[in-house]
Amino acid sequence: MSKPIVATTSLAGCFGCHMSLLDIDERILDLIELVEFNKSPIDDIKTFTKQCDIGLIEGGCCNSENIHVLKDFRKHCKILVSLGECAIMGGLPALRNGIAIKECLDEAYLNGPTVRDNDKQIVPNDDELPMLLDKVYPCHEIVKIDYYLPGCPPRADLIWNALVALVTGDEMKLPYEVIKFD
Amino acid sequence: MGKKITIEPVTRVEGHGKVTIHLDNQGNVTRTRLHIVEFRGFERFVQGRPYWEAPVLVQRLCGICPVSHHLAAAKALDVIVGAGTGDGLTPTGEKMRRLMHYGQMFQSHALHFFHLASPDLLFGIDSDPLMRNIIGVALKHKDLAVQGVMMRKYGQEIIKATAGKKIHGTGAIPGGINKNLTIEERDAFLHGADPLNIDKMIEWSQAAVDFFKDYHQQNQSMIDNFAAFPSSHLSLVRKDGALDLYHGVLRAVDAEGKKILDDVDYQEYTKYINEEVRSWSYMKFPYLYHLGKENGWYRVGPLARLNTADFIPTPLAQREFELFKAYTNGKPNNMSMHMHWARLIEILHAAEMMKELLNDPDLQGDDLVTKGTKQNEGVGVIEAPRGTLFHHYRINDKDQIEMANLIVSTTNNNEPMNRAVNKVAVDYMTGQKEITEGMMNAVEVAIRAYDPCLSCATHALGQMPLEITLYDANNNLIDRKRT
Repeated sequence: MSKPIVATTSLAGCFGCHMSLLDIDERILDLIELVEFNKSPIDDIKTFTKQCDIGLIEGGCCNSENIHVLKDFRKHCKILVSLGECAIMGGLPALRNGIAIKECLDEAYLNGPTVRDNDKQIVPNDDELPMLLDKVYPCHEIVKIDYYLPGCPPRADLIWNALVALVTGDEMKLPYEVIKFD
Repeated sequence: MGKKITIEPVTRVEGHGKVTIHLDNQGNVTRTRLHIVEFRGFERFVQGRPYWEAPVLVQRLCGICPVSHHLAAAKALDVIVGAGTGDGLTPTGEKMRRLMHYGQMFQSHALHFFHLASPDLLFGIDSDPLMRNIIGVALKHKDLAVQGVMMRKYGQEIIKATAGKKIHGTGAIPGGINKNLTIEERDAFLHGADPLNIDKMIEWSQAAVDFFKDYHQQNQSMIDNFAAFPSSHLSLVRKDGALDLYHGVLRAVDAEGKKILDDVDYQEYTKYINEEVRSWSYMKFPYLYHLGKENGWYRVGPLARLNTADFIPTPLAQREFELFKAYTNGKPNNMSMHMHWARLIEILHAAEMMKELLNDPDLQGDDLVTKGTKQNEGVGVIEAPRGTLFHHYRINDKDQIEMANLIVSTTNNNEPMNRAVNKVAVDYMTGQKEITEGMMNAVEVAIRAYDPCLSCATHALGQMPLEITLYDANNNLIDRKRT
């Protein structure tokens, strides 16, 4: 039987959830026995080369690229998992949701104490930069999400247990220690 | 017909950065840009939050080295709560933070070397991209992969013991720390079963330095010439000139070693550093103000630190430092690939520092927090794994953050990374009819040497997948290649 196929991505996240996945430590060596990785930052596969079983999504959507990638994941993955607070509810980047995006840009590029020579009042704006969205959106507002793993980041044991349960079809173990989160 | 080449490291897919390269009709490289396409808006949205939230909020900029942001913010808040700058904490407060920081340095550098850089070195820049990643390393060099995994684990466990959590911890608070280290925790780190004890970590760190030195001997021309260019270098150094990753004064040297910033107090960093905004990238371009936009740019990170520091205050790393300095006759080292060498010497130093700290009884002290007279503004600077990191906060009389300014390590390396991309593009692509995967990876390797946090984990976890698109002078797509 062929191994289940896993894909992962980080949208508007900090990569902490991917780091927490790495915190399964020596079980990484078991993981690469258990599953095959497709599109993911952990390998060289940039575009999906086949349909996948599980897609892990870190981060919410803050720009047009994030939306594009998330929809691509939905199309190619049987099961999509929102990994961590940013994917589930926008997380810390969503603190900007009550503020006009122009105010955020002005603060960073015009008002800060170390941009005092920006005479031409330049704010980044270029065809190469994706469009910022009006606010940061959680993933389930863009596509259907099948499972949610909470935490900032979700602890390594939670990610491990969830992956093993999804791969083996067994019921997920949820001892008290792994469902505490912040 | 002119061409535009777009290299999208991770951007389109993982949303971080991309490279554009323009070629003229003769195939000469006319313009290169490394664009950072992410924008979060931290400076604005932390306004109005209570100041004590900063160390836990702002660290969520980055999950790779959250401890650096956690501590830089805490150091700025030390000033605000009147606990002084760097040397005002209790011995337990300062040493617990240092242990946290050196644990962080150790895990981050290990991750970079073993998970990221080693595939390029072990398999070659133009080797099969399907093997050129950590899974390939695990299959072909299992011992090395296990070392990488276990060294990272050790560093992460140190962070957990000092910060409370491996990622996005809460240990540092304004004026100090919220826990000490128990005897049980200490003994586990000092004498744990192999390989999770400090002596094994020091041994493996030394082995990693030796691995690189051997590799250098066999591949001297590539390591010395790839993406090499002269630059200034900036970092913190201890007041006596020693390498110190937690605290010190700001020093910068030019490509010849002349001091261009002479051990100044970082509370006044806005006097010395300014940032240029360019329309095509969200990442700003810092420079030394007195030298101007054209000449004031500099590098930060492991290479810069070994160029600014006079010595390393631990014996094994100092021995390696002397060999490193001797290679350039004591002059600054401007070879981009030597950043890997410098990084490994720092791993060794971090391991030695952890041992020294673990043996210090101050870690079991109970006096954790310093209080003083409240100030309304403070600056915290730290040497993060990737270089000098600036946090600056001003608060109002309701204890809310009123202004926040951040210059992160990778931003300091913006101009150098752009120069490195340009150098490699010119060296590898000028006059070439076809752009190969090897050439694309060469551009990645140059960026990767800086271990940039712009797509930090993407780098950290393996290769940046690439897409190169060729356009003619009228922006019509003529070819697209994917790796």
